[in-house]
Amino acid sequence: MMSFVVNLLAVALMGFIVWWFWLARPGAERVSGSGAIEVLVENGVYSPARIEVPQGERVTLSFMRRDPSPCAEKVIFNELDIALDLPLGEKKKVVIGPLSTGEYSFSCQMQMYRGSLVVQS
Amino acid sequence: MTDKNIQLSIGSMSCAGCVASVERALNAVPGVESAVVNFAEHTAEVSGNVAAQALIDAVIAAGYEAAELSGTEEESEEKEAAEFAYYRSLLKKASVAGVVGASLFGMMLLSVMPSLDGGGRIFWAMVAAVSLFVLVYSGGRFFTGAWKAFKGHNANMDTLIALGTGTAWLFSTLILIWPGMVPAEARHLYFEAAVIIIALINLGAALEMRARGKTSEAIKRLIGLQVKTARVVRDGKEIDVPIEQVGLNETLRVRPGEKIAIDGVIIDGHSNIDESMISGEPLPVEKQVGDEVVGGTLNKSGTFLFSATRIGKDTALARIIEMVRQAQNSKPAIGRMVDKIAGVFVPVVLLLAVVTFLVWFNFGPEPKAAYVLLTTMTVLIIACPCALGLATPISIMVGVGKAAEYGVLIRNGEALQRAGQITTVVLDKTGTVTEGQPAVTNLIPAANWDEARLLSVAASIETGSEHPLAEAIVAAASERNFSLSSAEGFEAIAGHGVRAQIDGRAVLFGNRKLMDDHSIALSELPTEAARLAANGETPMYLAVDGAAAGIVAVADPIKADSKAAIARLHKIGIKVVMLTGDNAATAAAVANQVGIDEVIAEVLPADKSAKVAALQTSGEVVGMVGDGINDAPALARADVGFAIGTGTDVAIESADVTLMRGSLHGVADAIAISIATVRNIKQNLFGAFIYNSLGIPIAAGILFPLFGILLNPIVAGGAMAMSSLTVVTNANRLRLFKPEGAQS
Repeated sequence: MMSFVVNLLAVALMGFIVWWFWLARPGAERVSGSGAIEVLVENGVYSPARIEVPQGERVTLSFMRRDPSPCAEKVIFNELDIALDLPLGEKKKVVIGPLSTGEYSFSCQMQMYRGSLVVQS
Repeated sequence: MTDKNIQLSIGSMSCAGCVASVERALNAVPGVESAVVNFAEHTAEVSGNVAAQALIDAVIAAGYEAAELSGTEEESEEKEAAEFAYYRSLLKKASVAGVVGASLFGMMLLSVMPSLDGGGRIFWAMVAAVSLFVLVYSGGRFFTGAWKAFKGHNANMDTLIALGTGTAWLFSTLILIWPGMVPAEARHLYFEAAVIIIALINLGAALEMRARGKTSEAIKRLIGLQVKTARVVRDGKEIDVPIEQVGLNETLRVRPGEKIAIDGVIIDGHSNIDESMISGEPLPVEKQVGDEVVGGTLNKSGTFLFSATRIGKDTALARIIEMVRQAQNSKPAIGRMVDKIAGVFVPVVLLLAVVTFLVWFNFGPEPKAAYVLLTTMTVLIIACPCALGLATPISIMVGVGKAAEYGVLIRNGEALQRAGQITTVVLDKTGTVTEGQPAVTNLIPAANWDEARLLSVAASIETGSEHPLAEAIVAAASERNFSLSSAEGFEAIAGHGVRAQIDGRAVLFGNRKLMDDHSIALSELPTEAARLAANGETPMYLAVDGAAAGIVAVADPIKADSKAAIARLHKIGIKVVMLTGDNAATAAAVANQVGIDEVIAEVLPADKSAKVAALQTSGEVVGMVGDGINDAPALARADVGFAIGTGTDVAIESADVTLMRGSLHGVADAIAISIATVRNIKQNLFGAFIYNSLGIPIAAGILFPLFGILLNPIVAGGAMAMSSLTVVTNANRLRLFKPEGAQS
């Protein structure tokens, strides 16, 4: 019985991992209108990590790096060919768009800090 | 755009009254919060959410000049200070964890640890508390990072470390509290493993950070070239001022042995200037009045005055730094593919850890609990996505920096990767293989003509032409003080020559085709022309009123190092083709002298791109080398476009590769560095893939059924900490790379 429960829990855990990391969408910060969207780089993550913006608008992202790890020193938007150096404790802005609908990921060089910019119609 | 204040240098402010006008112009720009102009320093400090270019445009519209001042050096110093502080904090954390871990480990080896029974439990409770302190102090950031990433549906390196060490500590503590939950033989505690793993990972991160600092040495070297003060001439007096206070068009004095502060044009004096730090050109360059000087280069001998033409972020050096920075941040296709794998790596490892757990739980030997914990923890600890993610960018960083040391500016990672795959290099002739400064070498008049009249008429018709050969003919006539007549109805016939009316007579000047098209009888002249062409000279026919007047031959000396550079390209198996508008015989003569494999001559400028396309269709990966202006379409068409001989003017930012000096060695250097960088990336990727694809199964216990081998989690922690460091160290090897046959 014990063995069955442990197996069941382990399989459930695998299901949870797949659901949580691949299938479920993280909560997004929805943005419209003007003004910069603040993205905090701290403790190995971007906050918010998912930013939803309307299609056809220019977006200003303002990255504030509080994480001293060298992994955090760059943010790269691969699909948009944008790379930004993030000095520690300083805001760095990037103006993006207007973009067509879709999801544009941004990350550190090693893909450990990950975020996405979702352009919605 | 940043939230930082923007500093501008303001030019053409003649009186204090201008201050108000400039401030008004700046304040009118949307987003500006405040703008303060300093008349004494000719600077403006603007704060607000606004682009520097908008401010510059506003100042120019108000009738003044402006440029953004660079703060690159300060940025770099601040960055270094922050990095050093972090490095020290990592070492401190590693030391604390190391001391605790080593003490526990030593006691275990000496078998002085008490058992879990009776009084021993108090001792172990204290160990648990101390370990918890270490996990929080030295490893707290892994737990915070893991939790934050988890909340954002993400998993990273921190997730693996936190889960691995956290599970070890938690499991050990549970056994401590309820020893009966597992059989006696499974009651092993892993406090020391958790602590040592945290120590090793912090130590690895500190060492990696140190090694990483070296990868950006090239950019630091460029930043270090920037000068802090300049000697300006104001009201007849020479005063030293901070570089930020130098305005456009100000006059600066440079003495022997001093660095040139910013870009400008010499207005008095002459000197030899060492530009090797920027262009890679090893020999000093002689400069005189009217010549451009570049900030950051070294004045060797004379003293001179120059007028500032570019300041702040507009200087060649500042733009080079920006270009190198951008390129270092970019990724080639190979890196983007790896990114996709790195992006899903951690969740996949989490799944593998659960699978490991299930396999050992269901099929493992007793004591199951101990084996399950050991293998699952080791799988989590050994996996290293960082090495994978770091493999490409770190090599690109070093490779692009290395190229910059040789005066080669590579636009991005993609260009770098493609440059390493080139099979054919196409060279433009004039200015690429040759000096691009032709001179008249022979005058062969027809019957009833003499050399003076021949040159005089040829120079008269060429006055209106912008062709480099035309300049040589006009210069030769002016050297001999010939008076020139004006040309009327001037018409350039692309690829053929020119025609015009001079003193009422119809004059044609150009190649054989032009003469044949107009049915000019050339008599013995073609024989002479063939002889000249075989010697590498370009013969041009002059015809007046339908009759041949003679030949003007112009030769463009071959660059001294073209032959050696082409030999280097051959050595790495690259075919070299010359593409030129010049006549076939002259082109063949030049090609023979430098060892070019194939010549495509008499190509109209507009057709160069089509010739490149034809080579590509035949399966060649083409690198086109040209001056970046006339050859722009062909450069764009090629797989990799090399803009050569642009000196320190980095205006040609559209080329894939910009060669700061005029030598073809730059092409060989660029290709050699690209090949070495791509090889380095592949080594890194291979290492990272092999490490993970062997390490994870071994950690999961794949060798246990056959050999009884299980990996110790401490060894896994050490291996993981070293794997990223190995990648960075391997990339650093590129810093020592010297292209074979390179000149500098």
